[in-house]
Amino acid sequence: MTKELIHVKVNGVDRQAEIEPRLLLVHFIRDVLEMTGTHIGCDTTSCGACSVLLDGRPIKSCTLFAIQADGREIMTIEGVAQNGKLHPLQEGFHQEHGLQCGFCTPGMIVTSYALLQNNPHPTDEQIRHGISGNLCRCTGYQNIVKAVQHAAAKLAEGGQQ
Amino acid sequence: MIFKTSEEIGGMGHSVKRKEDARFIRGQGNYVDDVRLRNMVYGHMVRSPYAHARINGINTAEALKVPGVLAVITGKDLAAAGLGWMPTLFHDKQMVLAQDKVLFQAQEVAFVVAEDRYSAADGAEAVEVDYEELPVLVDPHKALDPDAPILREDRDEKTNHIFHWEVGDREATDKLFNEAPVKAHLDAFFPRCHPAPLETCGCVADYNQATGHLTLWETSQAPHAHRTLFAIVAGLSENNIRIISPDIGGGFGNKVPIYPGYVCAVVASLTLGRPVKWIESRSENLQSTGFARDYHMSADIAADRDGKVKALRVKTLADHGAFNAAAQPTKFPAGLFSVCTGSYDFASALCEVDGVYTNKAPGGIAYRCSFRVTEAAYLIERAMDVLAGELKMDPAELRLKNFVSPDRFPYKSALGWTYDSGNYKGAMDLAMERIGYADLVKEREEKRKRGELMGIGISSFTEIVGAGPAHTFDIAGLKMFDSCEIRVHPTGKVIARLGTKSQGQGHETTFAQIIAQELGIPVAGITLEEGDTDTAPYGLGTYASRSTPVAGAATAMAARKIRAKAKKIAAHLLEVSEDDLEWEPGKFFVKGAPEKSKTIQDVAFAAYTNMPDGMEAGLEAVHYYDPPNLTFPFGTYICVVDIDKGTGEIKVRRFMAVDDCGNIINPMVVEGQIHGGLTEGLAIAFMQEISYDEAGNVQGGSFMDYLVPTAVETPVWETDKTCTPSPHHPFGAKGVGESPNVGSPAAFVNAVVDALSHLGVKHIDMPVTSWKVWKILKEKGVAD
Repeated sequence: MTKELIHVKVNGVDRQAEIEPRLLLVHFIRDVLEMTGTHIGCDTTSCGACSVLLDGRPIKSCTLFAIQADGREIMTIEGVAQNGKLHPLQEGFHQEHGLQCGFCTPGMIVTSYALLQNNPHPTDEQIRHGISGNLCRCTGYQNIVKAVQHAAAKLAEGGQQ
Repeated sequence: MIFKTSEEIGGMGHSVKRKEDARFIRGQGNYVDDVRLRNMVYGHMVRSPYAHARINGINTAEALKVPGVLAVITGKDLAAAGLGWMPTLFHDKQMVLAQDKVLFQAQEVAFVVAEDRYSAADGAEAVEVDYEELPVLVDPHKALDPDAPILREDRDEKTNHIFHWEVGDREATDKLFNEAPVKAHLDAFFPRCHPAPLETCGCVADYNQATGHLTLWETSQAPHAHRTLFAIVAGLSENNIRIISPDIGGGFGNKVPIYPGYVCAVVASLTLGRPVKWIESRSENLQSTGFARDYHMSADIAADRDGKVKALRVKTLADHGAFNAAAQPTKFPAGLFSVCTGSYDFASALCEVDGVYTNKAPGGIAYRCSFRVTEAAYLIERAMDVLAGELKMDPAELRLKNFVSPDRFPYKSALGWTYDSGNYKGAMDLAMERIGYADLVKEREEKRKRGELMGIGISSFTEIVGAGPAHTFDIAGLKMFDSCEIRVHPTGKVIARLGTKSQGQGHETTFAQIIAQELGIPVAGITLEEGDTDTAPYGLGTYASRSTPVAGAATAMAARKIRAKAKKIAAHLLEVSEDDLEWEPGKFFVKGAPEKSKTIQDVAFAAYTNMPDGMEAGLEAVHYYDPPNLTFPFGTYICVVDIDKGTGEIKVRRFMAVDDCGNIINPMVVEGQIHGGLTEGLAIAFMQEISYDEAGNVQGGSFMDYLVPTAVETPVWETDKTCTPSPHHPFGAKGVGESPNVGSPAAFVNAVVDALSHLGVKHIDMPVTSWKVWKILKEKGVAD
């Protein structure tokens, strides 16, 4: 199959690769770029384990071709911590026991990152709606909501963002 | 008596933040699909579109022409290698790849190996299979009809009946039923559901043709047992097999069995001499791997007019699908279902189960429960509500009247189990107080008068976990002990390895806390490893809430062996006799002279540098723990629902969960387990079913159809606890991970039925959807 050259900025770094046009973005991230923090949990855009930010908006990378990301910016879980310092969301998930098996966690954190950028002071209800495209089988979401509130409070105190 | 350790030590009872989080929050977990080896190739399964069909031929020629495709393995190839069939974990065998016929939709038919994922999928598309459709059997009630097709032609027994199992005293039960003035009857179907961990199953098989060594990264909850089975079935030398369960993205019982994909990846790697990765898609996971439940049950209770229960009769038809691949102890065809007398003092009981084959995926695994305990708890808790309805008695009052009282423990149940400890009234009282039961009952009556629909549901479940005593429990012949090996380094730091395997439960933290408790070594200095059969001691794995009761006990016992040796060393260092020493977490001191002491770190250093004459160097121990009995966690859950009369929509307004799992290692982790288990229970009660149409097509084969609750549907859970330690466990723990999934479905359904009980509704089968409720409202003439 013919290959196409794409250029993508991933977590602030320019990356390029020759890929099959049918390559899914999630496989590009995982198999080509070898960044395995972004996971695959379903085939139907239901679970959100593959969530990344595309030009700042959360998308499910299993439902986009890599070629559709040509010339655009992607942020994955690997780009959430800055200079080795954890983001308040990452701290929040740890402090509030917002994860168990950890498989949904990268997608949850990335989606919550976009949520807090758009709405720095969400209600619990707004958080629940904001992460409703991300499934978790372990936590029952209650501590994830607390984790996001933890981060919102930290960011409001003048932490990073 | 459990010493309270300092926060720095972080022993039992501390909500220590989890060690494993550090990698997961950074996206640095190492799940099986993250394993990437040089020269690795990919496998893709060809699956049957039919539920029952003869295979007249498989043409692989076109597939082999697809660029990148390296090999296509069929059932015939496997049969030639003696691997056409493999044993299931329960007295049956299963086709690895179908040869002459397929028995369920999505059954494994051929395995295509290619240079990359996409080429493998292309190759699988190009495999041509000539199917001839056969009559399909989906209704287990018809499995024994004279005209039912015989599904398993490979068996000597020409019947779809797999087993009949019964336990209890038929005569005594019949007598009590004949005498009883009150009887309650319930027919209840516990639908086929699926554990659906967010990570599907998969593996990477890496066979080294030079050394003959196979390394298998595998989503396995029981890596040691898998190694032994691979050795026996595939004829590989067990020392040449290393199974590594890396990080696992949830298991819930789904990752206990050995699946055909694993075997095919191993065979492909043996053939090609290259590492082979096979990862399931979500649909493959839901359609072909271990399902749970699918129990068609009935319960009859005989009681006095004042509500005292006398006898219980349970009859069940179990749909096992095409192969009996239940993963459960070999002496128990229906698992621990006979705990169905629950928390109540029945004088006599009889429990019968018949298993049958149908054209459905194989399984019957223990989905977040200790081998069919969920079915049992659901049945008795629903049946008690039916009895309450017959007696026109409050369901809480009926339960309180019939609980096994605390002074009866250890309590021998009518079906033969010896419950270790319990205080059922204590949990019930707390739950009722916390939720404000009396006020809720008043509110419901007022609302009912106004025509509004509100319901209260109670479930006072008892679990049976921690399998188990080796004299009774084994899986595929392997006794159900578990193990821990602890090595204390010269500087007083620790590495410990266990035969279990965490899938999110937090073992790296909680088992380190057990060691911290026993040795007084800070939890930060304790590394815990699981899942690598080359390094960990042999164990049966993590499922059925057995890790804390069995491996947790092994951990405490190994630590106590270390403390016993440490005491000898401390006596030597302090130049006193051992009898003169006392222990508090972290140090030995001389009785009456506490200033004369040696820390565990001093002792560890001496174990390598200054041990007494004649003593072996080192400070290590291993323990294989065989529990004397199971443990019996319990609790009371109370659910409040409001129902919309226009749509049938059910809103869980409140849910109070009081759990008693004995002594707690990490309260934060326990609470997290309860939140998660309740959410899975909610899904089972209201949303999920793997059903089949008449042609045997799976109706719940993707997350579009098999619903997982999102944060929006999930209510805020309220939790509390009582503590009744297990008298036989080394630190009084019982296990908790599964209680919420076992106990909650009945609470949800009881609440909905309660809301509709004044309309004459006695039962609704799960999943209790808005559609079902709306139809009832319509039929009763109360829909808005």
